[in-house]
Amino acid sequence: MKTDFRALHGLDLPLLEQFGRYVWDLLHLDFGESLRKARPAIDIVLEAYAWTLPLALITMGLVVVSAIVLGSLAAFRVGGFFDRLVSIVSLVGASAPDFWIAIVAIVVFALGLGWVPTSGVGTPLHWVLPIAVLFIRPFGLVVQVVRGSMLTALGSLYVKTARAKGVKNMPLVFVHTLRNGMLPVITVIGDQAAALLNGAVIVETIFGFPGIGKLMIDSILQRDFNVVLAAIMVTALAIFIMNILIDIAYGLLDPRIRH
Amino acid sequence: MSEALLTVKNLSVDFHTARGTVHAVKNVSWSVARGETLAILGESGSGKSVSANAVMNLLDIPPAEIVSGEILYDGKDLLKVDYETHRALNGKKIAMIFQDPLGHLNPVYTVGWQIVEMMTAHGRPADAARQRALELITRVGLPEPEQAMRKYPHQFSGGQRQRLMIAMALMLKPDLLIADEPTTALDVTIQAEVLALLKELQAETGMGLVLITHDLGVVAEIADRVVVMNKGEIVETGTVREVYHAPKHPYTRKLIDAAPGKGEITLLDPSAPLLLDAQKLNKTYGSFAALKDVSLTIARGQSLAVVGESGSGKSTLARTLLRLEQADSGQALWKGRDLISMGAKELLGVRREIQMVFQDPTQSLNPRMSVYSLIAEGWDIHKLMPDRRARRARVIELLEQVGLSAEHVDRYPHQFSGGQRQRIAIARALALEPEMIICDEAVSALDVSIQAQVIALLDDLRRRLNISFLFIAHDLGVVRDFADTVIVMKSGEIVERGPTAQIFDAPQHPYTQRLLAANLDPDPDVQAQRRNAPVHA
Repeated sequence: MKTDFRALHGLDLPLLEQFGRYVWDLLHLDFGESLRKARPAIDIVLEAYAWTLPLALITMGLVVVSAIVLGSLAAFRVGGFFDRLVSIVSLVGASAPDFWIAIVAIVVFALGLGWVPTSGVGTPLHWVLPIAVLFIRPFGLVVQVVRGSMLTALGSLYVKTARAKGVKNMPLVFVHTLRNGMLPVITVIGDQAAALLNGAVIVETIFGFPGIGKLMIDSILQRDFNVVLAAIMVTALAIFIMNILIDIAYGLLDPRIRH
Repeated sequence: MSEALLTVKNLSVDFHTARGTVHAVKNVSWSVARGETLAILGESGSGKSVSANAVMNLLDIPPAEIVSGEILYDGKDLLKVDYETHRALNGKKIAMIFQDPLGHLNPVYTVGWQIVEMMTAHGRPADAARQRALELITRVGLPEPEQAMRKYPHQFSGGQRQRLMIAMALMLKPDLLIADEPTTALDVTIQAEVLALLKELQAETGMGLVLITHDLGVVAEIADRVVVMNKGEIVETGTVREVYHAPKHPYTRKLIDAAPGKGEITLLDPSAPLLLDAQKLNKTYGSFAALKDVSLTIARGQSLAVVGESGSGKSTLARTLLRLEQADSGQALWKGRDLISMGAKELLGVRREIQMVFQDPTQSLNPRMSVYSLIAEGWDIHKLMPDRRARRARVIELLEQVGLSAEHVDRYPHQFSGGQRQRIAIARALALEPEMIICDEAVSALDVSIQAQVIALLDDLRRRLNISFLFIAHDLGVVRDFADTVIVMKSGEIVERGPTAQIFDAPQHPYTQRLLAANLDPDPDVQAQRRNAPVHA
């Protein structure tokens, strides 16, 4: 039984040859079979990705829009009530541990109020809590960076020019300043998006969400190496693409980089 | 005088800072009429920009606080109108241009978009705005307006950017244009062009012009009346001629006396031994030739000035002689040994003998080092003055030599004014007992009165210690006061050289003639004469 299994998966070969085979197969986009499910590892990984990708995109979309709007407005009226409120909320958000928030959220909103299901997938309602919990930390971080970056940009000379031109406040903030202020923000957004693409291990596990994070931790615990390796390769590729997108975004935002 | 277009009355503005309240302007009053040019003249910290910023509602409140006063325009007090009313006036009725057009234009939008926005922000249709923008870009003298509209600020030169700023300011035919040091960052020939353009446009539109400047020459060239400010107060006001020829206030007198270009011309001592002999220095960056066959000699105790506009290669020359850049070819014999090819060990010795003073002491002095460490650091590097106690005494001696005193030894650069900082930088250079000091625009960032003091200090050091100076500058007045020999550079080449008197009195090369013609004299009559009989190159 054990020897059969070893022979089937080539585990009886010398280590170097095993590695050589792995690399050769990898070059042919063959990630091997799952040791548990007798299916190609890559299929299992891509299935999980089909869950994680929308989760990450929706969450980051919400983070980017809300953080930019709230962070910009806070910076525009720095020191005001709204600024303080945003600062406190973002500080709490950036420092709250997500496993704790996830559990509290389940206790309050799923068990207590019964508004949403506790875990699993199936209906749109199942997505609400994972997205909400995943949203909090990147939101807190990005708001702080947006606020700081916008403060710097609002103090710059071209904003003075715009004020001397009689530009109204909203275009002053969201047209003149924002595009300049976004440059440092994009880097942070990229980091946070990469973290979500990695799979939010804890949050996916708590909510029983069949994404890449949960798959990865399950596969590690089950010693399903081929799936773990495939998951890591795919994630690396996703982060690679993410970084390219960020560099492209830099060029789009700042003509000085393009020329 | 015709009826005032804008009147500032008894304006007082305070700035509340961590270190207490600063009275930025005290009881300031001025007015400007349609078609008139009023200059607000003052040195840094005089509060000359504050009232203009109050007119435009550009003061940040807090930390600023308008304590008293009124700003009357069109029967309204601009300090009392609501935000929206003021916003609608900005750009439309009162426009402003600034010192640094690169910083003041938004780097991420095309200049076309930014110029058009001046009108769209005030509710005008975009296509009409585009048409007017094209007209104005042509009017301010930029070629190919269609292409210019599509470019970004960084794709233009400094002078072009200021022209674009002017075009933007004039989009809605404002009644009043406020220009805050509009030509300070520009080369002299470009400055002359921009000032001429402003004057023409004023004649065409009949707008009032308020020009904020530190430069008496600019005042003489363009203004009708002048308001002189010192420490937040107006010390004198009158027509430019009155104020220049019969200044009443001692500060105005001091300012006029400090204007460079009036002193005795220094003569070169022909018997002085040769210190540096540079021959055919070349340096290229890619396809750009920064130095083309540049040759020069400096004798002991000589002060050689290198003048030229930005991009002429004068700083590259200094950096090459210091071996901060490696020349592509040529040699520079320093007391007979070639600087360009010497090894690292020998170079270290020469580094002590040639010192440098940079333009901006705020940046060239490490803010985390005390004056003592800044001055004594060179001794560590060159293993000099091993006796610690003697060091302290020597630092104090050096500080006294540059007009500072023993109490300054343990302070940090931020505790000094700009002029004092430059003195520290000079003391630092002197600490190593150099035989030559290279000054790269060493007095350009300083106020005129401080500038005169620093020049006098350098001249005194030159005479007493027999130090040679390679003096890089764009301000011809300063050069005339300090140098015995002048080299004129253009596009990496030396176009003219000679004794200072000869260069100033009988310039041969057309470029030198242009430079001298563009150089503004603080005397309004001299300027008027030059305007009527311009030197043709």
